[in-house]
Amino acid sequence: MRRLASLSCVLALSAFVVLAGCGKPQFSDGEKKTIASLALNTLPALKPDTTNRFADVPAAAALGSTLFFDQGMSRDGTVSCSTCHKIDRQFQDDLPQAVAIGRTNRRTMPLAGVARDPWFFWDGRRDSLWAQALTPLENPLEQAGNRAAFAHYIKKRFGERYERIFGPLPDLSTVPTNASPLGTDAEKAAWNAMPDSQAEDVNRVFANIGKAIAAFERSIEPPQTRFDRFAIDLASGAKPQGDDAFSPEEILGLKLFIGKANCVTCHNGPRFTDNSFHNTGVPPVADLPPDRGRIDAVAQVEADPFNCFGAFRDGDDSACRELRFMVKTGPELVRAYKTPSLRGAATRPPYMHAGQFSSLDEVVAHYSKAPASVEGTSEVHPLQLSERERAALVAFLKTLAE
Amino acid sequence: MASLWRYLLAGLGLAALLVGILAIVYLTAPQTAPGADTSRSKTTANGLFVASFQPERGVIRQGELQSWLLTLKTVKGAPVEGAAITVSGGMPLHNHGLPTSPQATDYLGEGRYRIDGLKFTMSGWWQLRFAISAAAGSDTVVFNVVL
Repeated sequence: MRRLASLSCVLALSAFVVLAGCGKPQFSDGEKKTIASLALNTLPALKPDTTNRFADVPAAAALGSTLFFDQGMSRDGTVSCSTCHKIDRQFQDDLPQAVAIGRTNRRTMPLAGVARDPWFFWDGRRDSLWAQALTPLENPLEQAGNRAAFAHYIKKRFGERYERIFGPLPDLSTVPTNASPLGTDAEKAAWNAMPDSQAEDVNRVFANIGKAIAAFERSIEPPQTRFDRFAIDLASGAKPQGDDAFSPEEILGLKLFIGKANCVTCHNGPRFTDNSFHNTGVPPVADLPPDRGRIDAVAQVEADPFNCFGAFRDGDDSACRELRFMVKTGPELVRAYKTPSLRGAATRPPYMHAGQFSSLDEVVAHYSKAPASVEGTSEVHPLQLSERERAALVAFLKTLAE
Repeated sequence: MASLWRYLLAGLGLAALLVGILAIVYLTAPQTAPGADTSRSKTTANGLFVASFQPERGVIRQGELQSWLLTLKTVKGAPVEGAAITVSGGMPLHNHGLPTSPQATDYLGEGRYRIDGLKFTMSGWWQLRFAISAAAGSDTVVFNVVL
C-alpha cells in the first residue's frame, strides 16, 4: 500500500513537471521574437520622401492641412478630404463604401501611418502619397472637381501662402475655368485645347496641392496601444501592470494570431501589414460595379502622369524602385487587395475593401472558413477555429485599439 | 531492499524531471524550414555554372526592397560575363509568387550581377529561381531563402 502511495506520488510529480513544461513559459522564444517585431517601438523613423521636396516643410504641411479640411476643394463646395477621412474617427467614415458627391465602390481607408505605404488605395493604383491625394479631387464620385478649377481656386483663395512655399504661380488668366483630361466631355475638350505649356503649368499647381496635402498627412501616425505596452513588458521581462496585463483569452488570441491562425503571415511588422496585395476570397458586393482589385490597378498607376516616373517627381528616379519592380501580370493579382493595418481596426467596422463584413467576428469567421474566391484564387486555407478560438482572436484584436 | 526502492524512486523522479525539461526545450525550439537547402553557393541544374547569391548589404531585412549579388563562374572558376538573367520565384508553402519583379540591373565585373527589386514580405521559406543564358549555354539554379 505504501509502495502504491509512493508510486502515485512519483506519477503525480512527473505529470506536474510535464504539465509545467507545457504551460510555462507563457511564450516561446520564437513567439517572443514575433511579438516584439509587432510592437510600435520597432517602427522606424519616417523616411524622407525625396519625390516630394516639400514633404517635411512645415508651411507646406500647414497649407495641406487647410486644404484637407476645406470643402471649397470640391465641385459644389460640400466635400473635403475630411468628409470621408474624419479626424475624430481615425480618418475614416464608418461606412461600407465612402459617400462624397456620390457613393463610391470602396471603403474609406484610415490614415494612421499612411506615409509609410509603398502603394495607395485598396488596389495600389497610386504610388505616392501626393499622387494619391490628387485622385479623389477629380473623381466624379468624390470631390468631383477639375484641375483647372483647383488652380484658379488656389490662386484666389491661398495664392500668397502657395507662393511662399512653391514659388510664383503661373499666369492662369487664359486658363479655362474648368478643364481636365479626366473630366466631363466639355472639360476634356477645354483641356485638349490648351497649349502644352499651359497644361503643364496647371498640372504643376495640381501636383503641388497633392504635395502639400501629403506633407500634412505625414504627421498622422498610429498611437501606442495596450498591445504595445504588453509587448514592451514581455520583451523586457517586466510584469505588465494593471490594465496592461493580458487576460488568458487575449493571450490565447495573440498566440493564435502569430501561430495556428497564420494572421501574422500578412499582418506583420509594427503596422501589422506586409504592404502587399492578396486575394483572400472576400466576396464582392452585389450592387457595385465589377471590382478586380490589383490586376486592374497596374495599368492605372503606370498611366498616371503623377507617378514616380512622371515629370512632377522631385529628386531622382532611385526613389521609384517600387514602381520599377512592380509585378504587372499574373493570376495572383486578380481580386488581390492591400493588407490593411490592424491598428485601431477593432473600433472601425465595417471591414474589407467594400465594407463586406460588419464585425470582427465576421472577419475571423471568414478567415476560419476560407471560402473560394469568385474570381482568381484565394491564398487563405481553412483553419477550423473553434468558437472559443475565434472569440480569442477578436479579443486580441481589440488590444490594438485600446 | 528498502534502499533499492528509494534508488528506484529517485531514478523515476529524475526521469520525470528530464521529461519535463525536454518538453520545455521541444516546445520552445524555433521552427525551421522543412529541410530546405539554404546554401548560398551551388552548381546550376545542368552543371554549366557555379552560382552564388548573397544580399548586397549582407543582411536580409523583411519588407524592404533590396538588392542581392548573383556571382556566376564557370566550373573551372572563370567569371561568366554577358549573361542574360531572369528571376522568378515565390513561397512554395503559400502557393504564391514573388511580391515584386526583381531584375538583373547591373553587371559589376568578375561575374557579379546586381539583382535588384527583391522584397521578402513575410517570414518563411522563399525560393528564387534564376534562368541564366551565357556563351556556355543556358541553365537554371534555385536558391532557398528562409526568414
